[in-house]
Amino acid sequence: MFYREAGDFKTSYEADNQTFPIKFDRYRYYAVLVIAFAMVPFVINDYWVNAVFLPFLIYSIAAIGLNILVGYCGQVSLGTGGFMAVGAYACYKFMTGLDIWLMQDGEWVRYALPEINIFFSVILAGLVTSVVGVLFGLPSLRIKGFYLAVATLAAQFFLVWLFNKWSWTYNYSASGQISAPERTIMGVPVTGAETAPWAAYLFCLVFLTLSALIARNLTRGMAGRKWMAIRDMDIAAEIIGVNPLKAKLSAFAVSSFFVGIAGALFFAVYLGAVEVGEAFGINKSFLVLFMVIIGGLGSIFGSFAGAAFLVLLPVLLKNTLVGGLGWPTDLAAHLEFIIVGGLIVTFLVAEPHGLAQLWRVTKEKLRLWPFPH
Amino acid sequence: MLDATEGYITEDGRNIGGVVMEMHNITLRFGGVVAIKDISFDIREGEIRAIIGPNGAGKSSMLNVISGFYNPQEGEVWYKGAKRPPMKPYQVARQGIARTFQNIALFDGMSVLDNIMTGRIRQMQAGLLAQALWKGKAEQEEVENREAVEKIIDFLEIQHIRKTPVGRLPYGLKKRVELARALAAEPSILLLDEPMAGMNVEEKEDMSRFVLDVNDEFGTTIALIEHDMGVVMDLSDRVVVMDYGKKIGDGSPDEVRNNQAVIDAYLGVAHD
Repeated sequence: MFYREAGDFKTSYEADNQTFPIKFDRYRYYAVLVIAFAMVPFVINDYWVNAVFLPFLIYSIAAIGLNILVGYCGQVSLGTGGFMAVGAYACYKFMTGLDIWLMQDGEWVRYALPEINIFFSVILAGLVTSVVGVLFGLPSLRIKGFYLAVATLAAQFFLVWLFNKWSWTYNYSASGQISAPERTIMGVPVTGAETAPWAAYLFCLVFLTLSALIARNLTRGMAGRKWMAIRDMDIAAEIIGVNPLKAKLSAFAVSSFFVGIAGALFFAVYLGAVEVGEAFGINKSFLVLFMVIIGGLGSIFGSFAGAAFLVLLPVLLKNTLVGGLGWPTDLAAHLEFIIVGGLIVTFLVAEPHGLAQLWRVTKEKLRLWPFPH
Repeated sequence: MLDATEGYITEDGRNIGGVVMEMHNITLRFGGVVAIKDISFDIREGEIRAIIGPNGAGKSSMLNVISGFYNPQEGEVWYKGAKRPPMKPYQVARQGIARTFQNIALFDGMSVLDNIMTGRIRQMQAGLLAQALWKGKAEQEEVENREAVEKIIDFLEIQHIRKTPVGRLPYGLKKRVELARALAAEPSILLLDEPMAGMNVEEKEDMSRFVLDVNDEFGTTIALIEHDMGVVMDLSDRVVVMDYGKKIGDGSPDEVRNNQAVIDAYLGVAHD
């Protein structure tokens, strides 16, 4: 009734290969794009951007990244926080001018490279993170499942430790923190205190849109099939010609690329100043992993849904409990934990394949509604 | 005895070419257990070669040696006139050897179409960047290979399930999808490990027809393991018989049927 594909005939394989083969879906997607790019920026204020939109956009990128690794390639990772930190610190170094120390005449001399535009800094940060991701992905060639998760946990703790101890990474600042100076794109500041809410929103939205498109293209093509083959049955995958080394490491590389971009945006646009243990601790790894699991493993839409669920729910609860019912904030904060935790458990029991599967089932139902068959 | 490069024409008029794969004195051990002992045989281009034997004879191990899953301790594998060095399974696959498994090994989370498309791995070489942008070679490859895959889907009569997740399919169809995935690679040698295991008579008839058609239309060389003697004797051009890791017979179905060692192996023989 609400959702139908009748009469929607495809006459070429190109048409059948599209991201949204059904016309209704396709137009809805265009509508969402138009609203997100052309309407939301005009109506949002500071509160909405900082409490809802920025975390949602940035966590969506991180969740897409992690979903490629865990959901598509089946390699469990608990190092997301650490990889986000790599993205953040790499972005910081690039945007403030990377400095290199060279030995000259027996003395160390510091050379500073020019500052790089924030847009490219974020992309370069993603590339650096993907190299680090491949490095920490090497154990996946030998170990699987929970054991791999523990190995990536090592990445989490090592990287956080590294950014605490290695003063080069935070430009030798006394506090050990990094803070993003003001950087502009075409004259409009996107980082720093002067940033307008809509600018920060649009900047992150552009990255999210690009990430989602790239992730979708990769997962519907041969790369995605190789990853899923490794996930579903690695021995069979190898026997039909998938090189497990390349498939796993490319999943780590692509996944870390997105996670690195998310980390860079999280630091530069959202928080502005970062202390590594606090912003990129093990909690972040778990949070993003929960998003992926609740949203739906192996689904790009699920990454969005999971991020939305875990970002919006606390905000919603806080607003109803404190704003609506007038309860004290500390009580509301504790209740929030209980309710969110309870909902996660309920959701996973009711639908172990996440929100994405719930959405698919709803669509199946809506195709026929109100008729039973 | 035929020369290795010489071909012949079968009774039903199919052309059989020269030797495409040759096993020389293969011995495979697992610790102290000898799974395959000093076995030699060859596979000719375009023929259907059966490997039979009682349970535990080492048939599947033999297939695993051919597909590179096991590397034998002794002996040589010759493929297309060259000695094959020890290889990883995926390298063997890229040389054009495809196989199916005794226990279906499909990718359950993927659709039938994606499963079969994965079989085209050899034909799809676009880089990660092109795939990320879905432009140029990547997009073109997707369409071209989809056409090839659709031909196989038509051929095996599985059009109606092409978008279904494989996990939801019944056993017989899964077997067919697995054959489709192997065929999608356009292999020079197709290895079938018990393609008819667990099927009823009608499904077996269907499968036999597909095996013969594949061989006939694409000229694919097929090596198969099968327990159903009726099927083996009907389908195959030549049969290797194994027992306890040793070769006890090799020849046309008729020769094998009348071979005393083979009869003994299957029916048992009084030890005195």
